Amino acid sequence: MKELYLISKGQPKVPLEAEVIKPDSLAGLSTEEIANLIIYRGNRRVRLGEYFEVKGESADNPEELRIIVEGDVSRTKYIGAEMSAGELIVNGSPYMYLGAWMSGGKIVVNGNVGDFAALEMSGGELVINGNAGNYLGAAYRGNWRGMSDGLIVVKGNAGAEIGSWMMGGKIVVEGSTGPFTGVHMSDGIIVVYGGLGPRAGAQMTWGSIVVYGYAPELLPSFSFNEVIPAVEIEEERFEGPFIEYVGDLAEEGEGSIYLLEEKNKHLKPQ
Amino acid sequence: MTKHMILIKNGFVYDPINKIDGEKMDIAIKEGKIVDPKKVKEKEAKVIDARGKVVMPGGVDIHSHVAGPKVNAGRLFRPEDGRRQVRPFGQGLRAETGFSVPNVFATGYRYAQLGYTTVMEAATPPLKTRHTHEEMSDTPILDQGAYLILDNNWVIMEYLKAGEYEKCAAFVAWMLRSMKCFGIKSVNPGGDENWGWGKNISSVRDRVIYFDISPAEIIQGLIRVNEMLGLPHSFHIHCNNLGLPGSYTTTLETFGLSDGMPISPKVGERSQNLHVAHIQFYSYGGEDWKTFESKGDEVAKYLNNHSNITVCLGQVTFDETTTMTADGPFEYLLQSINKLKWINRDVELETSSGIVPYIYRPRSLVNAVQWAAGLEVALLTKNPWQIMMSTDHPNAGPFTRYPRVVKWLVSKKAREETIAKCHETLPNRSSIASIDREYTLYEVAVVTRASAAEALGISGFKGHLGVGADADVAIYDFNPEKQDPSREPEALEKALSRALYTIKRGHIVVENGEVVGDAPKRVFWADICFDEELEKQVLDELHETFAKYYTVSMSNYPISEEYLVGSTPIKITSK
Amino acid sequence: MPERVVSDVVCPFCGCLCDDIEVVVRENRIVEVREACALGTAKFMSLSVGERITKPLLRVDGSVRQVSLEEALKEAAKMLADAERPLLYGWSSTECGAQAVGVALAEVLGGVLDNTSSVCHGPTVLATQDVGCPSCTLGQVKNRADLIIYWGCNPMQAHPRHMSRYTTFPRGFFRERGVKDKKIVVIDVRHTETARLADRFIQVELGKDYELLAAMRAALKEYEIPEKVAGVSRKDILEVVELMKNCQFGALFFGMGLTMSFGKHRNVDNAISLVKDLNAYTKFIIMPMRGHYNVAGANTVFTWETGFPYAVDFSRGYPRYNPGETAANDVLQNEECDAALIVASDPVSHFPAKAVKHLASIPVISIDFHHTPTTEISKVVIPAAVAGVEVEGTAYRMDTVPIRLKKVVEPPEGCLPDREILRMLLEKVCEIKGVETPVVKHA
Ligand code: SF4
Ligand SMILES: [Zn+2]
Repeated sequence: MKELYLISKGQPKVPLEAEVIKPDSLAGLSTEEIANLIIYRGNRRVRLGEYFEVKGESADNPEELRIIVEGDVSRTKYIGAEMSAGELIVNGSPYMYLGAWMSGGKIVVNGNVGDFAALEMSGGELVINGNAGNYLGAAYRGNWRGMSDGLIVVKGNAGAEIGSWMMGGKIVVEGSTGPFTGVHMSDGIIVVYGGLGPRAGAQMTWGSIVVYGYAPELLPSFSFNEVIPAVEIEEERFEGPFIEYVGDLAEEGEGSIYLLEEKNKHLKPQ
Repeated sequence: MTKHMILIKNGFVYDPINKIDGEKMDIAIKEGKIVDPKKVKEKEAKVIDARGKVVMPGGVDIHSHVAGPKVNAGRLFRPEDGRRQVRPFGQGLRAETGFSVPNVFATGYRYAQLGYTTVMEAATPPLKTRHTHEEMSDTPILDQGAYLILDNNWVIMEYLKAGEYEKCAAFVAWMLRSMKCFGIKSVNPGGDENWGWGKNISSVRDRVIYFDISPAEIIQGLIRVNEMLGLPHSFHIHCNNLGLPGSYTTTLETFGLSDGMPISPKVGERSQNLHVAHIQFYSYGGEDWKTFESKGDEVAKYLNNHSNITVCLGQVTFDETTTMTADGPFEYLLQSINKLKWINRDVELETSSGIVPYIYRPRSLVNAVQWAAGLEVALLTKNPWQIMMSTDHPNAGPFTRYPRVVKWLVSKKAREETIAKCHETLPNRSSIASIDREYTLYEVAVVTRASAAEALGISGFKGHLGVGADADVAIYDFNPEKQDPSREPEALEKALSRALYTIKRGHIVVENGEVVGDAPKRVFWADICFDEELEKQVLDELHETFAKYYTVSMSNYPISEEYLVGSTPIKITSK
Repeated sequence: MPERVVSDVVCPFCGCLCDDIEVVVRENRIVEVREACALGTAKFMSLSVGERITKPLLRVDGSVRQVSLEEALKEAAKMLADAERPLLYGWSSTECGAQAVGVALAEVLGGVLDNTSSVCHGPTVLATQDVGCPSCTLGQVKNRADLIIYWGCNPMQAHPRHMSRYTTFPRGFFRERGVKDKKIVVIDVRHTETARLADRFIQVELGKDYELLAAMRAALKEYEIPEKVAGVSRKDILEVVELMKNCQFGALFFGMGLTMSFGKHRNVDNAISLVKDLNAYTKFIIMPMRGHYNVAGANTVFTWETGFPYAVDFSRGYPRYNPGETAANDVLQNEECDAALIVASDPVSHFPAKAVKHLASIPVISIDFHHTPTTEISKVVIPAAVAGVEVEGTAYRMDTVPIRLKKVVEPPEGCLPDREILRMLLEKVCEIKGVETPVVKHA
């Protein structure tokens, strides 16, 4: 694995768009060529090198390349967008669309990410060691086909509408989630270790939300099914015992929300 | 002026209206018209060397949903389609978005890239036709016109029920003039009015709720009115029972309603009194979805015995697309099957519409049968002048796929390749695999320009390259001396997808497949003088209808000519 | 001086776009307005008096001076052309021709184009994009509806003629007895003036509309629902659902009570989904109560020209769309934009403090007919004629019926139509950018 460093020289106020920061685009290029790649600042085209010092060595194939982004990327959108292979490590907190439409490879963010990260993800792995924003692993506007495969792990909290229209793959949030977790999801798994945001599973038709933390309330269109000691979903075993709710009945849905009994006794029918 | 003269030299010209079949000849252009090549001096003209290329008149599309309220609602609710195909602003061109629901700029540019120069909007609801005109005026390059939906109109149904054809004709004349529209459109006659109550119509003999009239009476009444007025185009219908198993019987019944009805255009030379749109969508047999099968052969058989009917294909192209039609109840049914998002837009006293995204998959037997049905009609109907290219854009696929449809028409090999990707039982449900016919380039020219121009009654100046015609020309990089469409269908598809040149009214708008400029636009509409006295009487009665039942004032209803860029009234004196 | 009565005038105030107004004009002044409601009348009458701007203004170092139109445009063009992420906002209170020039301007500038729907019915658009929207024109409701539901909106205050012209009171073709043939239900957090006219009022707990909708949908499908949801008893919910199922033609109108309360677009999503469900039983439609008279037009024009109804980002040369990133409040609150052009709108009065703060820190150009808090922070202010009163054009009613706006009086000297001002601005911007000026064909 070759390592290539992109070291931030600081961020402009008008955000940058740098979807070229991914192994697919940088493999096979010299550091000089990389520095000369075009990124966008608002309606202007600028050189990548203007905002990032490029060090290290690229690989011939994206599979053999690890890109390490260092420093302030808080105004840079689309890092790792449409990435399909290789590794990307961001030691910083990137702005919107981190890893959006990614289909393969691995991204690790040592920081927080902005909204729309891993939008419509179809493969690969994304680890966020901080918090995620809204629409993590969600569908783009109007699309009824959201995240279809891959794994997202968030060590911190996540915002609203994570996994909207999700139809496959897995999202794990170790902290708590915002409103409408897994709204319209039709398959896949969302695991929440912290607090579950309001209206989780809204309009879901299938798929599972596993909650180890506290859920203040569920929608009135979910109905209590049973208490089960553990649940196996796609060959993975989750230890309970869980209170299982099924819904969203508004959609005649058969999705499941598994709530750890210990923390959610208030949701157990008397 | 020099720049207005173009000489296209030595191309293989396909100009069916003038019976020119691949002859090597020159085409000359001066001041936006085709002229005798002797009248253009080579030194003063831009010379295009078309040696080894195909030269055709600009394409004419008789049925495409490209402008107006439902098209725009389709764009609005499909941002995920909007981002699918984009091109930035620049080189004097506006930015493009959309695959199945392109913005107006993409619509004009992409049609021009196919060598098309005239595109008729398939359906506009009167009350919202101002919107349709705003979009057409904003659509670059193309000459256009729109068909006015009149069949579920309360005023029309009342007149027809009472047998007051003269009054009905006077009203239609006023409507076409007020709405600046080209012809009469019918969409699921009677069914849309019933949809006002969430219901539909199930046969041409069924009755409309309250109005107590049948689709058959509406259809025959409007054919009659169409011919009384002598419109350039015939009555243009989207039949009842669209999309349903067994619908071909309704189609044949609808065909039958035109039997013995007059054909009397006051303008143009059409030979049909009924144009049935997107025939594919109701050329099906079977009792239900499980027994769904193609009856394209039966439909073609009927057409072969009845020259008074023309059809356009509505050919399925196997894409993810957006269905949109004034057939409100059909779209409701569709969303209940595919469970995708659904827009419905009923229009007071007039019509309805619905929009649902749809994905046609070759592995779906129903979709495969649909694909086969369209091609069966095209290939089994002997006279290509009864056939017109369309995908009922964007219903069965986007218009940008016309070259692919041509590929299937000209090459059995291409069809076999697609059949191989289709559901394996397709051969049991369709005769498509056994059809050997392959269109010639001449026939391709017929179905993509000549037959539509003739059926529209505009073949005097559109759809051909004779002296005096509009200088709308397409040049394609395909050498019929060296290349055989049947064996190299991909090459033909590629050539037709990106015209080497498209010339619109003497302006070069496409060069090497790229749009290079705009051209003066025209919007055609029927300006009919029928019976002034009677019209006055009709309008008097109409005042009450407006005051009581419409929600706009009658004075604010008609559309002034200023809405039309390139307003081109076609004057018709009917009485 | 003789009086002139102009009839069938279109009211350029709210989304009802009433087109039956009579305006009496004397000496190029409107002296009387008939048929319009108080809001509409006020708009017509306010133009001849009050805070009209008639001269272009330039604000330099805190002091304001009157300048020529030429100078104002030059300054404005330079500010916009220099910007890397200019915002072009407003558009809902002008005619479609001006909106079309606005699109071209945003395109040339590589800017962010947004209209006021992003702060009213933007969520309705988002919901429509997710699940669709079964709707119709208002006449369909007038002629057929026997059940009218107003949810989270108060037409008696915001759309005063909505009930009398389109829904509740008029006699329709199949509703000859007018209001006697109809049932009116109001669902709101407060007992509003509209609620007072209703046959049935359901008080929903603040911020719980989504739950109520979810319960109604589940109940419709005959699932058991809790005893009480969103402060509403099961009995009430079941009764309303029965009413909906058993009507012949139902119409649900909704406003900012749904779009701007907790859940926003998902509230609308579930409301639309409920109406979709109901179509399995009867005919039912849903319609947003659009506020500004031509906000529907702004969505319409933006869509046919860019593919997207609002929040359109041209920074990469082609339109991109994603509210949450590209709406006015997003680029303002995230401090992304570095200049703004505001057309016929007053964001300073209506946007959250964070957005206003950023707006006040960047160069702003306003095109408006009167002084507003936004013109007060603008570097360049260009006076405009008022569309629908002094300028013709097209506007789209809340049900997207397009209507031709009338010109009833001449604008004050020096006040040009928005469209003309924008055209000149576009030309100047193109000059600076060195690009061919796009031809805006729109009427
Ligand atoms: S209801 Fe609206 S459009 Fe009608 S008069 Fe009042 S303000 Fe004007
Ligand atoms: Zn059609």
